[in-house]
Amino acid sequence: MNPSVETLRATFGSAIGRAVESCGDTIVYVERAALLEMMSWLRDTPGQQYDYLVDVTAVEYRDRERPLELVYNLRSLERRADLRVKVELEPGGDLTVDSIVPLWRGADWLEREVYDMFGIAFRGHPDLRRILMWETYAEGHPLRKDFPLRGRFSRAEQVRQALTANPEAHYSLEELSIAAAYDELPPDMRERLRRGERGKIPYSE
Amino acid sequence: MKRVLETKEVAGQSPNYLLAKAQDLVDWAVNSSRANSLWPMPFGTACCAIEFMATAASRYDFARFGMERQAFSPRQADVLICAGRLPFKLAPVIRRIYDQMPQPKWVISMGACASTGGIFDNYAMVQGIDTIVPVDVYVPGCPPRPEGLLYGVLLLHKKIKGESLFDRAARREEQPLDERGLRLPPEQIDEISEPFGNSIHQFRSA
Repeated sequence: MNPSVETLRATFGSAIGRAVESCGDTIVYVERAALLEMMSWLRDTPGQQYDYLVDVTAVEYRDRERPLELVYNLRSLERRADLRVKVELEPGGDLTVDSIVPLWRGADWLEREVYDMFGIAFRGHPDLRRILMWETYAEGHPLRKDFPLRGRFSRAEQVRQALTANPEAHYSLEELSIAAAYDELPPDMRERLRRGERGKIPYSE
Repeated sequence: MKRVLETKEVAGQSPNYLLAKAQDLVDWAVNSSRANSLWPMPFGTACCAIEFMATAASRYDFARFGMERQAFSPRQADVLICAGRLPFKLAPVIRRIYDQMPQPKWVISMGACASTGGIFDNYAMVQGIDTIVPVDVYVPGCPPRPEGLLYGVLLLHKKIKGESLFDRAARREEQPLDERGLRLPPEQIDEISEPFGNSIHQFRSA
């Protein structure tokens, strides 16, 4: 068992749930209210120093009685120690969790993927959009267990929606606006961008 | 040639042997030029693209069949080779690439996934690219060996050489998408997307 669990319990008390050991890894279950504070503590406290966020993902089990699990894999590069943190969520209930992007910028796309596939919303995420499915995807969150394997719509409807999608709508606003090159563009292209032809330019006007 | 002669007879004129012969000559010249200088537009999305690259490389070398120059711009391409699975997110992309290719144009669907969806009978995958663009040659295999792709290219040569400038019926020109935004009737798309083989054991609903 990872010694961090005992320190966590001493610091956060009842917000820390059970801890189990699986295949040599320690898994600690925490309350979602304490998540952000606890992750910050794990990252910054001397002796913990879990400075590397390996992955953020989620699991829904086939057993309907089991809750949905949000999984954070942490590693301390300094101490060469791993810790897996899980948050249990009721699939039918509130699926809002604090974003850890303020702690690790790398969590940005990971949380977007979890949101896209499981529908877990991250409070405080700077740009919470779908990342794998397209922006206008209307069938739900594909990795949830109540999602049919072949999707909710008929194949014809899926093809229709796909063909009517604008491929350029997949790009981020930043890519669309090419804001970094804005000042070097010829005047007519600047005019087109200003008119909003290809998305909005951040920080302009 | 026989066909041309017959149409002339129906029109109430004597069969014009010289005209028919000239038309055949033109067809032969045009079709040979087209078939023997096909510029492929590779649309490689998966492991089929690796076999496609092997086909283009020195050992198999499809430049021997006039595909010397790969056109990475659809505007200079003759044949679109879809090598690999096509997710719904890429469907508007391949359709746009196809629309940008100048006529005459052909499509080769390389591999099981491009042709039928393959093992990916799920929410994200197009079940056969013929629901998106018309396909001339389907190459089976998972992935097909380079010999398979070469055989498909030779079949396409055969098909091109059977076309005629003077009989448009032999060439089915692709129409723009209809007002629903589809190229096939919805019932037909549903029918060709039906599960088959092992995937009939998967249930559509959860």
